[in-house]
Amino acid sequence: MLTVKNLRKTFGSLVAVNDVSFRVESGQLVGLLGPNGAGKTTTVSMLTGLITPDRGEVLVGGARLGGDTDPAKRRIGLVPQDLALYDELSARDNLRFFGALYGLSGAALDSAIAASLALVELADRARDRVKTYSGGMKRRLNLAAGLLHDPDILVLDEPTVGVDPQSRNAIFDNLETLKRRGKALLYTTHYMEEAERLADRLVVIDHGSVIADDTVAGLTGGVAAAGGAPATLESVFLSLTGRSLRD
Amino acid sequence: MMLNTLGAMVRKDLQLFFSDRRAVIMSFLVPIAIASFFGSIFSGPGNNTEPAKIDVAVIDHDATAISRGIVAGLQGDRNLRVATPGEDEARAAVKRGKTSVAVIIPGGFGDAAGRAFFGDGDKPQLDIVYDPSHSVEFAMVRGILTEYVMQAVSREMFGGAQGRQYVERMLPQIQSSSAMNEGQKRLLVNLLQSVQGFYNSASDTASQPRGLTMPYAVREEAMTSGENVAYNGYAHSFAGMGIQFLLFAAANLGVEMLLERQRGMWKRLRSAPVSRTALLAGKTLSGTIIALMTLFVSFAFAMIVFKVRIAGSLVGFLAVSIACCAMAATFGLLVAALGKTPASARGVTTLAVLMMVMLGGAWVPTFIFPAWLQQLTLVVPARWAVDGLDAMTWRGIGISGAVVPTIVLMAFAAAFWTIAVSRFRWEEV
Repeated sequence: MLTVKNLRKTFGSLVAVNDVSFRVESGQLVGLLGPNGAGKTTTVSMLTGLITPDRGEVLVGGARLGGDTDPAKRRIGLVPQDLALYDELSARDNLRFFGALYGLSGAALDSAIAASLALVELADRARDRVKTYSGGMKRRLNLAAGLLHDPDILVLDEPTVGVDPQSRNAIFDNLETLKRRGKALLYTTHYMEEAERLADRLVVIDHGSVIADDTVAGLTGGVAAAGGAPATLESVFLSLTGRSLRD
Repeated sequence: MMLNTLGAMVRKDLQLFFSDRRAVIMSFLVPIAIASFFGSIFSGPGNNTEPAKIDVAVIDHDATAISRGIVAGLQGDRNLRVATPGEDEARAAVKRGKTSVAVIIPGGFGDAAGRAFFGDGDKPQLDIVYDPSHSVEFAMVRGILTEYVMQAVSREMFGGAQGRQYVERMLPQIQSSSAMNEGQKRLLVNLLQSVQGFYNSASDTASQPRGLTMPYAVREEAMTSGENVAYNGYAHSFAGMGIQFLLFAAANLGVEMLLERQRGMWKRLRSAPVSRTALLAGKTLSGTIIALMTLFVSFAFAMIVFKVRIAGSLVGFLAVSIACCAMAATFGLLVAALGKTPASARGVTTLAVLMMVMLGGAWVPTFIFPAWLQQLTLVVPARWAVDGLDAMTWRGIGISGAVVPTIVLMAFAAAFWTIAVSRFRWEEV
């Protein structure tokens, strides 16, 4: 569903992303892992049309993603790391606005709002202002805004930052539901346990390049276990990216 | 699709605007309150209000008929509030800013002024001490003083005892003078004898004092929207303050856009299949509509409470208002495009807005500016906005008065839009 081919992006002399390629199939969740500054966010920005790659291409269902108004963008939903919501508006009004940006209106928009709010279990708070929500509720609404237009591909940039275990678990349940519905999900995170629980495949990126692309089992099985104990995803990650700090 | 997006953006921005009731009330009330205050100050004398008087101190060291005449003239002037303290007290009052001008009439002034009146002897000096921060008042007092000095001196020279003594003393001096030729002596003697004859006849027939008086009377006509229509200063103050708050609101719109960027909102907007033009047009449209509402509420208040009237053209008023609000909205875009952070943008735009409204004549009339600065105001959009709204309200100029301001304001809007689009940071990482 989503094919990333040889993406490259530089900012001045800094090569942020270099020759990155991977695929995300329908009904699959791919975890995009990497230390701070590895190039994850730049990659996500190119996938969602926020920045233009210097080289390479993004294919959505086989069609190359074009400019700002390319209808193919409608097939992608973004759940940004920031809580990109209007606090002074109700959840419903937020979604009404975001839906209109994707060409939804009238009954189709009402139906989409109802469905997305039901999925994230916020239907009963639809008319409340977002500023009255807890952090976890805002995260769930952030997710609802990304999937409102029923995209085939959902790109989630650290969607569980700062939420309590209950809300995180609810988000996981939502993502598994979406996966079952055949959505292609790309998920960036720093939490290894999230990647282990959710991801069908993991793409590890560092210094702007893909350094591993495999299933969790494939990654952990390929690394020698210390003292006979099975390798964890975290130990694999550290062995791939090193232990030096990346502030 | 584009219209749907524009509509959604405008609806969302209006919802956000009206969601904070306190902010809404403030954005309507503050310009009204400040414009009302300025209007009450600058409404002019047609409002049954006592005109402001200039505080003047007069110290008469001469104590002659002439100096007393000058003091009496000043005391009778409706523009002045005259006190007669001692010289030290007067100087101290000017220094403290309590009095704008002190006029000191030195001893011997009347006698010397009488001689100088006929070109004999040096002109006596009249000392004026003034507060340099009140230079406009000083200029007014100097003009008024000239009138009363001429009146008092000429009255005394032509009709007073001092003048008679002077002529009697002068006649033999002229006849024995070697500084003039015979022809000049004859002419001057004839003049003084005529004056003397005038005294003698005048003492029998007239009791009124004579002297040079202003050789004209003034019929004052304030050029407002029509004959006998008093100037309504509230119209100008609501225009000026309205523009000021529109620009502040627009600058705030720009800062809000920078905050939206910080909150990651533009990532969501940019990831949608919406053109850059639609995103900025939506912001411009909503900014223009909100600005129009603010301006119209202010003017509606001014019309109901202060009887401000659109004495020119209603269509012209609407055209200038729309152009003005479009200019303000695109100014907000410019802030968002050029601003690095919300905090730095806020500081710079506050300064920019204050400069614009000051140069635009919203606070003080532009005629007090130096000539070069008056020319500079032509490139200040606030000046065109104020001029256009003035033309459509109290000046009562028809649609023709709206054409140039509307075109200029739209040109500013186009320029701001172009710069904003070209400098807007579109890439989101």
